[in-house]
Amino acid sequence: MRFSSLAQLRQLCEEEGAPIARIMMAEQARESGLSPEEIESRMASYYKVMKEAVRKGIYDNPRSRSGLTGGDAKRVHDYKAARDPSLGGEAATAMAYALAVSEVNAAMGRIIATPTAGSCGIIPGVFVSSQERFGWDDGVLVRGLFAAGAIGYVIANNSFVSGAEGGCQAEVGSAIGMAAGALVEMRGGTPEQAMHAVGLALKNSLGLICDPVAGLVEIPCIVRNGFGAVTALAAADMALAGVRSAIPSDEVIGVMLEVGSAMPEKHRETAKGGLAQTPTGRKIMKELYGKGDPS
Amino acid sequence: MFSIIGPSMIGPSSSHTAGAVRIGRAARQALGEQPLEAEISLYGSFAETYRGHGTDVALVSGLLDYGTDDERIPDALSHAASAGMQVKFRAEKKPEVHPNTVSLSLGGSADRIRVKGCSIGGGNVEIVGIDRFDARFGANQPTLLVFHEDRAGMIAEMSGILLSSQVNISHMQVDRESRNGAALTVIECDQLPGSEELRRLGEIAGVRKVRLIDLSEKEGTE
Repeated sequence: MRFSSLAQLRQLCEEEGAPIARIMMAEQARESGLSPEEIESRMASYYKVMKEAVRKGIYDNPRSRSGLTGGDAKRVHDYKAARDPSLGGEAATAMAYALAVSEVNAAMGRIIATPTAGSCGIIPGVFVSSQERFGWDDGVLVRGLFAAGAIGYVIANNSFVSGAEGGCQAEVGSAIGMAAGALVEMRGGTPEQAMHAVGLALKNSLGLICDPVAGLVEIPCIVRNGFGAVTALAAADMALAGVRSAIPSDEVIGVMLEVGSAMPEKHRETAKGGLAQTPTGRKIMKELYGKGDPS
Repeated sequence: MFSIIGPSMIGPSSSHTAGAVRIGRAARQALGEQPLEAEISLYGSFAETYRGHGTDVALVSGLLDYGTDDERIPDALSHAASAGMQVKFRAEKKPEVHPNTVSLSLGGSADRIRVKGCSIGGGNVEIVGIDRFDARFGANQPTLLVFHEDRAGMIAEMSGILLSSQVNISHMQVDRESRNGAALTVIECDQLPGSEELRRLGEIAGVRKVRLIDLSEKEGTE
């Protein structure tokens, strides 16, 4: 890749007069030896999986394998239809769709890890709801996924994208940043605005720990995906309005690394702290695993 | 970048589900056929959370040669039963090197094998043991397992065959039980060795069997 920071990525965009998505597609083609068409068609197949997961999550009423979760996407979706959501209808839709994909994940359905399975709802929530709202064809969203991928690539190479390494900020936080930056680009913002959206979004999730109840990708992961989609919309709006990340986005990514490295092991996906070790979290764990010998 | 947007997978966890499918598939390929029986020992977080994460069905899916995004994964146990595969799980108490570790003891129509692997995050895996031999490979590249007796010139003969077919070796390791005893050579390749190379490797004097591990075909590289 010809870039390793967001600043370099932005500079490439400006030098070549190209959006982030186009830079990323060219880089990926060069690195992999595949044609741009092959790469685009693989991404298009991924976007189809995302749309299908949204549909399944809303209409097929998935229950998680553990039985702990399921049905919240439908609840939010029904509520939006029946009442006037405080968030407004569009943001509530993004939230419902993000919950839907995360619930499909917990129910052992097919998803695209973005960047991980734990944060797989945020990008589809933002993308699929925006497609419906703005009437974009699939090509816009597929290109948007390349923009999101470029941002995620920079985060992964300068910080981390797994909860076991850097806490939830690294999974859900990264996904919010990726979704926000990509949405700015899809809505016609500049690469500079997209980069600000990433920094604005990441700042809001710094320090978020990974504390899954019973070690499962359900509580609080699913609702955090719902919140994440809404935050991504907010960060994109701020950036499109001209709000800047006073601390440059690359430096914010550096803070995520610093905070994640200092995070105790019990707050990095081990279920040894946080919500997992609350009285109720422990009770749930005991009910799931306490019955007899697991063999 | 397709590891940032992707992989396409069956949830809920890239380490506990997708990684487990890949270890299962690698183990099946190390056996060289679909196992008739499998004894699966789980360690650490795998032992504690395997039911909620579907690690059990994911491992069996790999044994059935399913890819990580195969929608049959949740029902793999019943598919295995109807395919005549007997599966037993054991949650082990003792700690292992890595928290997500599994040891699969497989029996086929002609052979048995034991494969130990770890799921190290994001769907990436590391195979750390084959039978009594130490090994260490990620199965991200075509990987040859050559079971042979330890003798001078063996490695030169193997690499000669790969050289003649332009297969580049990216990494190689040898473990042996004793001098002149049984040995395992693990060869990671940049290109996929063909059936002709596998046949020629198998014909080297002192080579007992050759297996090819290649997980690429069902992982969205199409």
